[in-house]
Amino acid sequence: MTEYQVIHSRASRIDAPDKATGRAKFVDDIRLPGMLYGALLQSPFAHARIVNIDTSKAKRLKGVKAVVTAEDAGQVKYGVSPARYDETLFCFEKARYMGDEIAAVAAVDLETALEAVSLIDVEYEELPAVLTIQAAMAEGAPVLHDEFPRNVGAEVHHEFGDIQASLAECDLVRTDTFQSKKQDSAAIEPHGCVADYNLRGYLTLHTATQVPHYVQRTMAMVLGLPVGKVRVLKHYVGGGFGGKASANPMEMSACLLSMKSGRPVKMNYTREQVFLFGRGRHQFTHTLTTGVKKDGTVMALKNECYLDGGAYSSFGIATVYYAGSLLGGPYKIRSMQYDGYRVYTNKPACGAQRGHGGVIARAAWEQQLDMIAEELGMDPVDLRLKNMMNKGDISCNDLYMSSLGMRECIEAVRDQSDWKKKRGRLPKGKGIGMACGFFVSGAGYPIYRSETFHCTAMVKLSEDGGTAHLYTASAEIGQGSDTTFGMIAAEALGVPLDMIRVSSGDTDFGVDLGAYSSRQTLMTGHAVKEAAEEAKRQVLEVLSDELKIPIDVIDIQDGFIVFRNGLVDFRDLRRRYMKEHRGWTDNPTGKHLTFKEGARIAFLSRGTIIGRGKYRPRPLGGQYKGAAVGTSPAYGCSAQVVEVTVDMETGKITLDRMNDAHDCGVAINRTSVEGQMQGSLSMGVGEALFEEVKFDEKGKCLNPNLAEYKIPTALDMPYINPIIVETNEPYGPYGAKEVGEGAIMPTIPAILNAVHDATGIRFHELPLTPERVFMAIKEKEAKETGGDDQT
Amino acid sequence: MKTLIRITVNHEERELAIEPNMTLVDLLRDELGLTGTKKGCGLGECGACTVLLDGKPVNSCIVLAMEAHEREVVTIEGLETDEGLHPIQRAFVEKGAIQCGFCSPGMILSAKGLLDQHPNPDEQDIRKAISGNLCRCTGYQKIVEAIQSVATGTK
Ligand code: FES
Ligand code: FES
Repeated sequence: MTEYQVIHSRASRIDAPDKATGRAKFVDDIRLPGMLYGALLQSPFAHARIVNIDTSKAKRLKGVKAVVTAEDAGQVKYGVSPARYDETLFCFEKARYMGDEIAAVAAVDLETALEAVSLIDVEYEELPAVLTIQAAMAEGAPVLHDEFPRNVGAEVHHEFGDIQASLAECDLVRTDTFQSKKQDSAAIEPHGCVADYNLRGYLTLHTATQVPHYVQRTMAMVLGLPVGKVRVLKHYVGGGFGGKASANPMEMSACLLSMKSGRPVKMNYTREQVFLFGRGRHQFTHTLTTGVKKDGTVMALKNECYLDGGAYSSFGIATVYYAGSLLGGPYKIRSMQYDGYRVYTNKPACGAQRGHGGVIARAAWEQQLDMIAEELGMDPVDLRLKNMMNKGDISCNDLYMSSLGMRECIEAVRDQSDWKKKRGRLPKGKGIGMACGFFVSGAGYPIYRSETFHCTAMVKLSEDGGTAHLYTASAEIGQGSDTTFGMIAAEALGVPLDMIRVSSGDTDFGVDLGAYSSRQTLMTGHAVKEAAEEAKRQVLEVLSDELKIPIDVIDIQDGFIVFRNGLVDFRDLRRRYMKEHRGWTDNPTGKHLTFKEGARIAFLSRGTIIGRGKYRPRPLGGQYKGAAVGTSPAYGCSAQVVEVTVDMETGKITLDRMNDAHDCGVAINRTSVEGQMQGSLSMGVGEALFEEVKFDEKGKCLNPNLAEYKIPTALDMPYINPIIVETNEPYGPYGAKEVGEGAIMPTIPAILNAVHDATGIRFHELPLTPERVFMAIKEKEAKETGGDDQT
Repeated sequence: MKTLIRITVNHEERELAIEPNMTLVDLLRDELGLTGTKKGCGLGECGACTVLLDGKPVNSCIVLAMEAHEREVVTIEGLETDEGLHPIQRAFVEKGAIQCGFCSPGMILSAKGLLDQHPNPDEQDIRKAISGNLCRCTGYQKIVEAIQSVATGTK
């Protein structure tokens, strides 16, 4: 592999010292002079007609500066996919879930704002609500959105290859149904924002977001402002995982309140409101039919899926496509058929969450593959090795594997887990299971149809030549993107990382679609590399002119100018540099011309040196409707082996060890890659074992807090052995691709398969709480004793 | 009616007039500008607001500021010394234990609370000590490794 100076290392994150000392600013740490505090009025009914809203008492309360409702907001429809803009800022005819926004208030302090909210009189006429897919799709069921009579907001029907013919050739065909529960992103930082509209008509929104660019466009559209007058910036963000991947009504409310009051307005979601806003993982029900030959060759996959979507579409159209299009990989399948339905229900809207659309499909199928291996008497590892795709393969739905280290991943977890010795040989109550995963390295197309660049970047050299300042509008949300891009810029420019300053997350710095679909390393990475290379080229051009040597013999490495043709007399340049720096203490002395001198000379000749970069994926995907979803410039893949202990008395599952191998292309920062793997796994563990957002029969969320909605603690997580598998991705910057989401894919099924190895029981519903496991063990025991009696 | 309290925050004694229902986290963040203490739930469930009260980690969102009267509070801002970062902070930086960083101040203070009591904890002790500090980003492993490295003094 190529020798790198900066990337492919374990560089400490550039933001870590600030975060370790409490210096790092998050949105809730912002206080602006004259700032007001905002609060929301939210619907107490899951489904209700709004007959009348009276805000007069609230407006009269001392300290209240603005009260807004749908009347002030203008009823502009917005959402995530333009094809399903089905939300408005504030309900104007009816509320569709318990928590739907009715009005907002800004006041001098939070107490006053909350009191004012309680003084708003709303007359509701309660409507019957639908809370399950069955209820929502029933004949004559109440309808959430008039345009969608049976509450089916989106459906997809795809067939690749001839599914019936392929099934006819199979020796074994299995059908299984699998169901998950609604999950919450549960980032530890709740959403928050500060909106600041100034007297010249410019709006600045500070917000905890993954996607400043989309938030900017949504604010402009909903508030009727030109995009150029809206600036959206994020500070440090305390995790996103999908919950912060679209504009939220609180942001819009804060902006509108600031426009009305002429003062900055701060708003935060409480933890309960985070759950009410929702946008976490959908509840999926997959029915999968898989056909194989005797030798284990997978021939056909039929996938029928119902998604419980909640009250609005949010990311749902993409989700319902992803639940089909990403399932086939990383395997070669002759034919695939998909029928997906996303259904509106009177609950908080679901959206995109880490592993968007693919996680539950993957769990269902990788468990089914295990069952098939068992029926065929095959080792599950061998079944997967037999069917996996390789570099250069194209899936039956036209996804192209420009690199794919699937074999290396499978073999690594097999060997490092002692699979052969353990599988099927562990004592009762102990089990080992494996599964694979597959994910995009960035969505091939933006959420709105456009020819836009997906990202732009700029590298500006300081006039003294000592610092290169990288500007991108990408979103550092904890994954480490600022450090990654700093490293890429340093590598491309030829300077050490500490000469790079990184500014990001601000729409003033350019366009970047943001942190979702595991896109930034590959996409923003390209733009950053191009920008740094262009800045470098400009410095080299000037040096070539000044020194009268060809440009191709000069290079920059590790902060020094290197001459490939031996010694070059640069004393004149150094004298010029020194002359301007009389009295300075850090003047260069060594035998080598420094980057700083070179960059200063370049500035003297050309003015500010700015390198610009941009990136847009090549055209991707087949011709069929929806072919754009699931396309990506590159695909990552992964494999896991998990070991569990199941307490046969209580049903409690303990994870003993996880081995996780992930093909991330070339790892830019090895520590960050491992961190993404470990973090992904913990989210998968939570979803497998205990996470479930629950509702009562009125549509009220029963556990909107982190005590009753349990996410993994340090005691729930086992040792994770992270294995980085590297392929050289031709379409990635320095060969890099995704790790942030793909790593979660194998976790749930590997656990399911390990639990089966431990107990002999297959579970078709998540989460595997002690109660569920205990009941299943008892049922199995009863059956077995019953069976014994008969023999 | 405001009440006068005297508390030591990060080794500095202060006298403050506060509302009796003010929580310690709000006192620290809103009155003293010590925003390094984070607020993830306000209900004592996430540990982001952990500070040391007389050396013991507490969730400052469920402690009234009045309860800190004549006691000593250490927040994340109080850990650095003239030599720079506290060894636990340095370990968190070097071992990649920080991703979004929202849990980090609380996590670091829980670790300090543990190590001050038990300089040589085993892995399970460490996991127990930070089990009230939720982290959604890291899967905890690099956090545990960072704390272990300080405990054993390895690099
Ligand atoms: S903010 Fe105090 S425990 Fe969550
Ligand atoms: S680093 Fe993000 S919550 Fe811990």
